Amino acid sequence: MTPAGKEMTGMDIRAQVSMVFHLDKCIGCHTCSIACKNIWTDRKGAEYMWWNNVETKPGTGFPTKWEDQEKYRGGWERDGDGVKLRLQGKTSTLGNIFANPALPTVDDYYEPWTYDYEHLFDAPEGDDQPTARTVSMISGQPMDVEAGPNWDDDLGGSPVYAANDPNLEGLTEDERAQMHELERMVFFYLPRICNHCVNPSCVAACPAGALYKRGEDGIVLLSQDKCRAWRMCISGCPYKKTYYNWSSGKSEKCILCFPRLESGHAPACFHSCVGRIRYLGVLLYDASQLERVAGSADEDLVEAQRAMIADPNAPEVIASARANGVSEALITAAQRSPVYKFVKEWKLALPLHAEFRTLPMLFYVPPMLPVMAKVENGTYDVEDAGNGDGSAMPTFTGLDQARAPIRFMANLFSAGNEEIIREVYRKLLAVRILMRAKSVGDAADGEVAEALAAGATTADEAEAIFRLTSMPTFQERFVLPPLAREQQIEATVNPFQHKQEAGFGSRKQGERRW
Amino acid sequence: MWNTVLFSVIPYVAVALAVVGGIWRYRTDRFSYSSQSSQFLESRALFWGSVSWHYGILLILGAHVIAVVLWTVWGALVNDQGRLLVLEVIGLAVSLLSLAGLAVLAARRLSVPRVRSVTSPMDWVLMVVLAVQVILGIWMSLVYRWGSEWYVHTSVPWLHSLVKLNPKPEFMVNLPWIVKAHAVLGFGLIALFPFTRLVHIVSAPVTYLWRSYQLVVWNRRAAQ
Repeated sequence: MTPAGKEMTGMDIRAQVSMVFHLDKCIGCHTCSIACKNIWTDRKGAEYMWWNNVETKPGTGFPTKWEDQEKYRGGWERDGDGVKLRLQGKTSTLGNIFANPALPTVDDYYEPWTYDYEHLFDAPEGDDQPTARTVSMISGQPMDVEAGPNWDDDLGGSPVYAANDPNLEGLTEDERAQMHELERMVFFYLPRICNHCVNPSCVAACPAGALYKRGEDGIVLLSQDKCRAWRMCISGCPYKKTYYNWSSGKSEKCILCFPRLESGHAPACFHSCVGRIRYLGVLLYDASQLERVAGSADEDLVEAQRAMIADPNAPEVIASARANGVSEALITAAQRSPVYKFVKEWKLALPLHAEFRTLPMLFYVPPMLPVMAKVENGTYDVEDAGNGDGSAMPTFTGLDQARAPIRFMANLFSAGNEEIIREVYRKLLAVRILMRAKSVGDAADGEVAEALAAGATTADEAEAIFRLTSMPTFQERFVLPPLAREQQIEATVNPFQHKQEAGFGSRKQGERRW
Repeated sequence: MWNTVLFSVIPYVAVALAVVGGIWRYRTDRFSYSSQSSQFLESRALFWGSVSWHYGILLILGAHVIAVVLWTVWGALVNDQGRLLVLEVIGLAVSLLSLAGLAVLAARRLSVPRVRSVTSPMDWVLMVVLAVQVILGIWMSLVYRWGSEWYVHTSVPWLHSLVKLNPKPEFMVNLPWIVKAHAVLGFGLIALFPFTRLVHIVSAPVTYLWRSYQLVVWNRRAAQ
């Protein structure tokens, strides 16, 4: 469809259901992963899949070293002013159709297993207690468990996992040593689901055209009936968030719980989040900027993507959105969107690995990471706090002595642009200083004003950030009207036809009979 | 009588089964209209087996088809001792490549427990039929030399007669049994098409070459 909005305004405004993860609040409990697993991937062939997973950073993640695109060749790379798939071109795709050149195998994730519980009952009488051996859920044969979900959970400082994090690239030896030093060791959690990108490389890599982005809400889906198991999406996705179901012979991915969104329920991962770290709302974005943004230089990627996100209060944006069929309810939601605030107004939330150039539409507020402190001679010192007055006030000078180097965060969240990370931290620090001054009252004269200026923020904005960060209601975190699929479908279309199609894939059990 | 069944009846039955069965399976079981990849479970042997098998068999099958469709061109091509020799050597090499690939794939399915667990009985049926067919072809090319030449005067006119709905089994009846078996088994594979993973042949994603990278699906029809 030619977007009607583009002809009117030069813009092509579409709606995107988007999420923000506030990493300072993530406690790494994996409740989101379990909620998702119970609803969507508790099936044969999907046992090993974690549409939502939580990894420890620094760490190698899931599948192991997924960020290493030398190995997995996911995402896009710059090619002149444009981009090309890192995996291969279109003709190579057909040439390599008989063996995918960069497919992770089950061992890059882990072989799913269960226990031979029957043996506990059936074992013949003997001198020893019978045991339940581990057996593979794929082959049914006994196996040794060598990897599993969250295998490197909490292993910050580990020379095997943390030390092999691809994001350590560019860090000095000292910085690396510091991150892994026992008493200053540092780690945080990174929950990940499909990023529902604007320039998804899984969609682009699929030879069968089974993957697509929904125009109405930006959710990226994979048609189970069109998938022909070429598995190029799995290689193509740099986040390794499409998975191959080894039993059904189809690829699967996070569907952003769209059946729940239709009735106004939050996605399972969102709803179950114990730390309430997630914010879900609508972003309006200008799809006509896609190519320009995707082809930007590394250091400009984040800013270019911010520019693509449109102001939901601007009349021409609203007009273009309406022309594209974005409902009034969605436009209103976009104006109240907590995601818009974090990403665009406050510039605190950043895309994960923007350098993959898929324009991911889920965003992360980088963690301040524990207080910038270290243990020395058995005492816990707040960095730079020794002003002689006993003040525990956080300060800006400590920023570059942060326990997790700025460089590491920049590799994760800003395609290497350290200034963007500093801006985020300066603002987050300003919020802390303001709120500490208010609640403890130990700020020196002018310190608060100085902090707000350094953070490029105001007292009002800082307080709004504080409110939405620390004490939002559910209604403030989840701002999305029911997607009301029935209204998005043209009235002239046979409703019974779409009644079948609005759910998760086909209504028949997906099964191989031959 | 047997010759009529083998060379006049079976080909039509096989093609009818392939077409009707193929459409039926597409309509009732689109979900599994592909080959079930096991590369995720074992990748290294698959690369050597699958790539050798597919490229080998595509080249050989392509030569078979070209000789049928462009028989005059093919006839002129093999009408020279030197060219014929080159063609026969290439053909033998490529078919040995495909056989080697098939052997790797079979050994892999047998020896890797994970892969065995996603192998269906029909996969084995197909594997055996394909192996027999390739072995028959190689054997024939070794025992009855210059097949690229005599093929044009025996099987090709027979296949043409089938297309014209005027089957002439007499082109085939006096050939050695290996050749007869190879021809009939060829139609056997066509008959197996809708009931095995062979259906993935028609899933070849050529449209990928000219479609745009990004696909956006709107539920609402264009309102212009």
